[in-house]
Amino acid sequence: MSAEPGPLEAALRGRRSQGGKALVPYLTGGLGDWQAGLAAAADAGADAIEVGIPFSDPVMDGPVIQQANDRALAGGITPLAVLDALGRLDIGVPLAVMTYYNIAFRFGLERFASVLAEQGVAAAILPDLPLEEAGPWTDAADAAGVETVLLAAPTASDERLGRICARTRGFVYGVGLLGVTGERDELASSAVVMAGRLKQVTDVPVLVGVGVGTPEQAQEVCRVGDGAVVGSAVVRRMLGDGGPAAVGDLVGKFRRALD
Amino acid sequence: MTMAEPVGGRFGEFGGRFVPETLVPACEELEAAFRSAWADESFRGELNQLLGDYAGRPSPLTECHRLSEELGLRLLLKREDLNHTGSHKINNVLGQALLAVRMGKTRLVAETGAGQHGVATATAAALLGLECVVYMGEVDMERQALNVFRMQLLGAEVRSALSGSRTLKDAINEAMRDWVATVESSHYCLGSVMGPHPYPWMVRELHRVIGDEAREQCRELMGRDPDVVTACVGGGSNAIGIFSGFVDGDAALVGVEPAGGAAIGRGVPGVVHGSKSFLMQDEHGQVLEAESISAGLDYPGIGPEHSHLAAIGRARYETVTDDEVVAAFELLSRTEGIIPALEPAHALAWVSRARQELAGQSVLLNLSGRGDKDVDQMMGRLVDDGSSSGDDGQSE
Repeated sequence: MSAEPGPLEAALRGRRSQGGKALVPYLTGGLGDWQAGLAAAADAGADAIEVGIPFSDPVMDGPVIQQANDRALAGGITPLAVLDALGRLDIGVPLAVMTYYNIAFRFGLERFASVLAEQGVAAAILPDLPLEEAGPWTDAADAAGVETVLLAAPTASDERLGRICARTRGFVYGVGLLGVTGERDELASSAVVMAGRLKQVTDVPVLVGVGVGTPEQAQEVCRVGDGAVVGSAVVRRMLGDGGPAAVGDLVGKFRRALD
Repeated sequence: MTMAEPVGGRFGEFGGRFVPETLVPACEELEAAFRSAWADESFRGELNQLLGDYAGRPSPLTECHRLSEELGLRLLLKREDLNHTGSHKINNVLGQALLAVRMGKTRLVAETGAGQHGVATATAAALLGLECVVYMGEVDMERQALNVFRMQLLGAEVRSALSGSRTLKDAINEAMRDWVATVESSHYCLGSVMGPHPYPWMVRELHRVIGDEAREQCRELMGRDPDVVTACVGGGSNAIGIFSGFVDGDAALVGVEPAGGAAIGRGVPGVVHGSKSFLMQDEHGQVLEAESISAGLDYPGIGPEHSHLAAIGRARYETVTDDEVVAAFELLSRTEGIIPALEPAHALAWVSRARQELAGQSVLLNLSGRGDKDVDQMMGRLVDDGSSSGDDGQSE
């Protein structure tokens, strides 16, 4: 365990120690009035927010977030523009960027980590950077004080889950099912199993995402886990006519379901 | 040996295993399964039997007498176009399909650009009784409608990739997304020397037969290795296959990329589709869309071992334009009675352009596929607009 938890982990541990469940919505940077969307999510009770930096080839994402990526990129968004905007934002909750490794690699790992720190971003999630490849990035992130959230999947052995939990910072992101991001009609049974397996091997906050798309599904997974990550359901509001107001409504519903 | 097993999944600084966490155990399982199978004589025997009785190996070496005279060099073709299904792709696919069965998988997932790898995968799936789903970019499905129907005839389901550029890179994205969801029952039958470890190594080993045969055939014909070995490069599997037979000798190795998809020619190191390699990308790290006349080479990246061979100077990489490729396509057809696929026509286009540099040398070219699939597209280009070069005997 590292000495002092960073701001993301502190916030999530704080929620847990009060007997609550953590809610972390995801929005795509550069999509529509995304900064208003972030503010609406924070106002509606998000404990932290994941902000996607669009990438041309998001292999871990389903159709909704793919479309959000494509639209944001077509609008001319760049990684630096997302980060600059985050630096100017003051919404009172910790932020984590989620992007693919090539964005950080092209930026330069040390430079990317230091820009995140300068812009007040607490953490980074890189879904195509598994434990074995993460060293160069986590060295840079640790040095800059950026928390690196690792993903844990149903396919991992308990031994592997233990190693992932030992290296993750902020929280451990339990992947709720075999598949890419996107809403499903029902919560996969693997989501609760995943939460339970992670809770057995770590004290780090356990959040489950991928396939958690309704307040009821979040409630269900939080019977075991410490919180939920909600992506596509939120992004779908930003893609549609609802925009930030609809995001606020939705996040509020999740909040009430978890409280 | 230059082409040994990659250390820690890496060829120099390139390669690796940059995949979603869900797939890491599957890649580890595949690596272990391939290592054990490749060391197992009964597996090798079963594969060799299929390569012989079913795929038609060994493929011949053809000396091009008329074209050699015209170009002023000695041109030898390794005839992968004569394999069952019409390209080198069958070598890799038979090996991976046997491995899938050995691992207890019941379903093959594949991506395809021109359709050659998709047809080969559908063929192996039919042969071994496996379910098969092939992802293909929507644009490529139009360009290669005949291959789409071929795959369907063979019992495969062809799904269109609708995102991004709707070509090969997007088909790979879709295939990887499928694999993330179906990893317990499916094997991802990746079609080139790219992707996460162990694919670049495994696919190279499965194509090594091209280089091994060609080396023996060259020594029988000429008593020595050729001066130059050349092949087209998209992901680079046929090139790696033939290079592997000559990398430890003195032959110059030349990979030929399309100008519109030149990962080494125009790229910088990056990470996509599971490995670190040269990649066409913008200043922000967004992957660029490759664009060339040949669907099979429309890929912005390149296999990591090619990046390594380029970095250490053991191979060099050239680019050719679509017009040069079309001229080469016609040239081989008219002088040797062999209609090549547009992909290996890239390698011939370079040989033709570099004929002065190559004067008097022996050049081994991997003719990785036959041109049947491209005839319709070429008819549109050469007949409809009347631009056939027609008088390509000008060099006499």
